[in-house]
Amino acid sequence: MKASQRRELERTALEVRKDIVRMTGVSRACHLDSSLSVVDILVYLYWKVLKIRPDEPLWPERDRLIFSKDHGSPALYAVLARRGFFERKELWNYRRLGAMLQGRPEHARTPGVDAPGGSRGMAIGIANGLLLSSRMDGNDRRVFCVIGSEELREGSLWESALRAGDLGYEGLTVVVDSSAPPSAAQTLAPGKGASERKRFEAFGWRVMEADGHNFDHLERAVLRAHPGPEGLPSVIMARTIIGKGVSSAEKGPLEKPGRPLDRNGMEQALRELELASDEIEGGVKP
Amino acid sequence: MRSTLSGFGKGLMKLGRGRGDLVLLHADMAGSEIVTPFASLFPERTVNCGASEQDMVTTAAGLALEGKKPVAIAPSAFLTARSFDQVRTCLAIPDLGVVLVGTHSGLSAGEDGAVHQMNQDVALMRSLPGMSVLVPSDFDSSFAMAGLAIGHPDPVYVRLGRDEVPDTGPFDEAEMRIGGGRLLLEGDGVTLCACGIMVHEALKAARILSQQGINAEVIDCFCLKPLPSRLILSSLRRTGCCVVAEEHNVIGGLGEAIAALSASENPVPVKSVAVSDRYGQSGTPLELQEYYGLTFREIVGESAQVWSMRRR
Repeated sequence: MKASQRRELERTALEVRKDIVRMTGVSRACHLDSSLSVVDILVYLYWKVLKIRPDEPLWPERDRLIFSKDHGSPALYAVLARRGFFERKELWNYRRLGAMLQGRPEHARTPGVDAPGGSRGMAIGIANGLLLSSRMDGNDRRVFCVIGSEELREGSLWESALRAGDLGYEGLTVVVDSSAPPSAAQTLAPGKGASERKRFEAFGWRVMEADGHNFDHLERAVLRAHPGPEGLPSVIMARTIIGKGVSSAEKGPLEKPGRPLDRNGMEQALRELELASDEIEGGVKP
Repeated sequence: MRSTLSGFGKGLMKLGRGRGDLVLLHADMAGSEIVTPFASLFPERTVNCGASEQDMVTTAAGLALEGKKPVAIAPSAFLTARSFDQVRTCLAIPDLGVVLVGTHSGLSAGEDGAVHQMNQDVALMRSLPGMSVLVPSDFDSSFAMAGLAIGHPDPVYVRLGRDEVPDTGPFDEAEMRIGGGRLLLEGDGVTLCACGIMVHEALKAARILSQQGINAEVIDCFCLKPLPSRLILSSLRRTGCCVVAEEHNVIGGLGEAIAALSASENPVPVKSVAVSDRYGQSGTPLELQEYYGLTFREIVGESAQVWSMRRR
């Protein structure tokens, strides 16, 4: 990836993070830390990978993305708004009565949302249906799922993973946001999730790893995932940091339960993100 | 004597020709009367999901999102209870037009015992906003109900039994609609509302009641949700009392639905012939019907009681 492209993605990711801080602050939602970890994954997919038309959200030939990370919907919404699926002002009504942006994604309400999300462990199952339909119609649809690592504890996820492996859905790529607090991220990185990786492999998947905040890593993993020459679905285990980019959120749920930021916390978080923006503009990598 | 299972299967086969979007998913039921007719003509649109009911339901959601019309078939115990979260989250809340077909429902699972005898499925499915619930009583109505369910844009649950049942009689095509019911016998003594196998018991009970001078009106309430309210209320106005018979737990089924309707619109005595909040056990379906008190005899007994309390 060219340095200029990388900088552009980093700039976008920072703007998305600022929107997440604002929308979770305004709505008093406690989903800040689990949203911040998945931002870079979504930014990379929505700006570099997905074949989509934001002005035609239901374009039949688009790539599909199913998002089921619990407590992560602010990240998806901030990305969809910035990508042009709907106006940014919708973000400030997140979770309010009658809002377009519900607590969990609803495809019928929100342009750019491809499937119902909200109960853990169901994204791969819905993807199985999308891919079955595409196989019946003889097209080679690509389907991406972005899920949280906590969903790997759900039995229904493995039921669907087994089936996707059996059927060899090479159009399927699942990105797992494997988030950990910054203190644990280093020590847990190499061995973490070994059992899940083995399970996916045994179920007929190709397993890759990536630093979920490094666009070059993500690019390498996604390029290897598509097209899958061996007829295997792919899973990318992306290591991420809880609350990435905002120091008060990076402490993570192991140290204190996620609380909505108060006014001071919000301003402090936005200042940190502004500082990071300045560093990119100044040509210094944050 | 033919089963509702085979009626629905034949109905799907007939619909398969005209509707290329129809996809049949089943949980390891190859060879069953409901799968075979469609599968033999349209193997490319028949998918055995194996014993993975939760994945089958989410797969059906994915198919519906892509504009297909999926019919997902599994024993009702696993389709409605095991996969309830998937049905609620992926089909009912997003209002996707999937047809769920629960087989071997109620006591018809017989010798398989309590786990397989699903007497809570109607309660579970009725509780979901937007979900319609259909329970056919014979082959012909089950055949027609396949068309009704496939033609409906929202999610539908169809409850089928395993065993062969007598024919209920001819029906008017106009009656065959979501929110419809069949008036099988007219009378002004007592209203007997029933669904599934209990329709046949209600008809038997009506014959005995007529010998005792009580003319029963029998309604096949094949659509449990939405209820055929107008049909039921106009009958209650004439008879002033009601007995509801169903092969389901007394909680959450047709009996409660009709009692609630009557209580709010036209209060009359309503009694229920149903499984009295117990689990089943192994036995033949007929033995179980006797043991749990789901026969014409109980309907006759309850009818005599509500008749003496009737309010017109």
